[in-house]
Amino acid sequence: MGLLNKLDDPYYGGGIILGTLEDVLNWGRSKSDWYLQFGLACCAIEFMAVNASHFDFMRFGCIPRTSPRQADFMIVSGTVTMKMAERIKTLYEQMAEPRYVISMGSCANCGGPYWEHGYHVLKGVDRVIPVDVYVPGCPPRPEALEEGMIKLQKMINEQAIFNKRKRLREAEEKEKSVSDVVLSQN
Amino acid sequence: MGELKKVDFEYSQLNSERMRLNVGPQHPSTHGVLRLEVELDGEIVTEVVPHIGYLHRCFEKHCENMTYPQVIPYVDRMDYICSMNNELPYVMGVEKMLGIEVPEKVEYIRVIFSELNRIANHQIAIATFGLDAGAFTPFLYLFRDREFILTIFEKASGGRLLYNYFWVGGLAHDVHPTFKEDIRWIVKRVKETNKEIADLLLYNKIFIERTANVGILPADVAINYGCSGPVARGSGLPFDLRKDAPYSIYDRFDFNVVTGRGEVGTVGDCWDRNIVRFHEIEESCRIIEQALEQMPDEGDVREKLPKKIRPPQGEIYSKAENPKGELGFYIVSNGKDKPERVKGRGTSFVNLSVLPEISKGYLFADLIMILGSIDIVLGEVDR
Ligand code: SF4
Repeated sequence: MGLLNKLDDPYYGGGIILGTLEDVLNWGRSKSDWYLQFGLACCAIEFMAVNASHFDFMRFGCIPRTSPRQADFMIVSGTVTMKMAERIKTLYEQMAEPRYVISMGSCANCGGPYWEHGYHVLKGVDRVIPVDVYVPGCPPRPEALEEGMIKLQKMINEQAIFNKRKRLREAEEKEKSVSDVVLSQN
Repeated sequence: MGELKKVDFEYSQLNSERMRLNVGPQHPSTHGVLRLEVELDGEIVTEVVPHIGYLHRCFEKHCENMTYPQVIPYVDRMDYICSMNNELPYVMGVEKMLGIEVPEKVEYIRVIFSELNRIANHQIAIATFGLDAGAFTPFLYLFRDREFILTIFEKASGGRLLYNYFWVGGLAHDVHPTFKEDIRWIVKRVKETNKEIADLLLYNKIFIERTANVGILPADVAINYGCSGPVARGSGLPFDLRKDAPYSIYDRFDFNVVTGRGEVGTVGDCWDRNIVRFHEIEESCRIIEQALEQMPDEGDVREKLPKKIRPPQGEIYSKAENPKGELGFYIVSNGKDKPERVKGRGTSFVNLSVLPEISKGYLFADLIMILGSIDIVLGEVDR
């Protein structure tokens, strides 16, 4: 943690942090991410295992939230069907910005084992919402999801807050990644 | 002051307004993506309509396009908490159509792994039921043990959750060298944890208050709805396919069929369904111990089969006792290497259908408990 190392600097004495305000804010944001709690399929069971004793997801500062309005990011864990895709889009839109998405498992990445004959399976959640981190595997090992979480934290750390032009460009690029699919009305 | 006039009225005569409430599909207590449409009178549930289909993954469509061995991974993903148990009836059905017998050792390994997975499934069921009731600690305790079981599965098959381990005619590969010691160790461990869970959760006063006399399922209703597994056994029906229609080598073991007795409330309430799961963990431990004693050390783990498996024309219904109840596969073959049709009888789907019947008249908070006690997996409901 770069900030804490700066506290040890012998020349300036203790207690002085040199850095930009952006760094401090991003540090705080990346270390206390709350996620939207919902499971879709088999990957959700692995996700439960990540939350439980052996892997302890909370040490990343992640606390489950049941309401999208209190969540910072969401983990799409499992198969997204056409019927569920609309709900996921709604949930994503209800989250307050800045918001992030981790797509967990092959199903959420690209359709997984159901890519060919799954007439009711959405081939990748990135068709309806922008995804920041993809975690491959069917199901991904808990360690893989933790790696994904670290990637997300790194990403948050590098984000622009005060540079408006850069911030807008980042947001625009993110939205562009979503291909428009027409969901059936059900 | 004049005397108060006594008014004759019943609660039901007070015309309160009914409210329709939507629970799910994103709700932590629906165990997946189930949506419940609930009609409430105050806080009393008057009607429940489950809406399913949020996880329909086209199982039958895939079976039409896959060869017989390729279907096994999709069978895994039906009830993803107990994949080993799912594979068993499917491979047994195909083997029966082919008319082959699997080696002795394979049968034992299959039984041991099925029972281990039954333990893992019941641990999740009790853990998540505790979560629904607001108890977080048992969740951590049970997942700690489940993780050890998964390690054994991983050593044998390479997968933590979905195994693709039981193949038609045997197993994917032999078990690892330390198999027997590992299993002995885990059985001991599971028994110890069971004691802890009894103190922590099941015989906890608060938990009993929450679950006893809630969601009573009478035995005749359970039969009419076709319930099976702990849901039926909780109502006092000693229905267990391992005893009633022994498949594989289950007739060689000595174990009891646990039924609910209404220890703290009425027969067939939420608490009974959970105590059945709890005692079944012990029974599974007994089966595993006996199987380890009898299991031969040497032997092949795969029967010689032609490269393309083509069962003769015909149909078969093969069933087995899944942790959640009777899981059956109806397989139709037309003599080609792809099945004409594979239809799964999802236990969770049948057990879920009883929810509207037994949750009427209880408080809304109890509905969550009743749903948790049925222990459904949406992958199997929607398939
Ligand atoms: S990626 Fe695999 S484990 Fe995850 S939801 Fe899809 S089928 Fe299940």
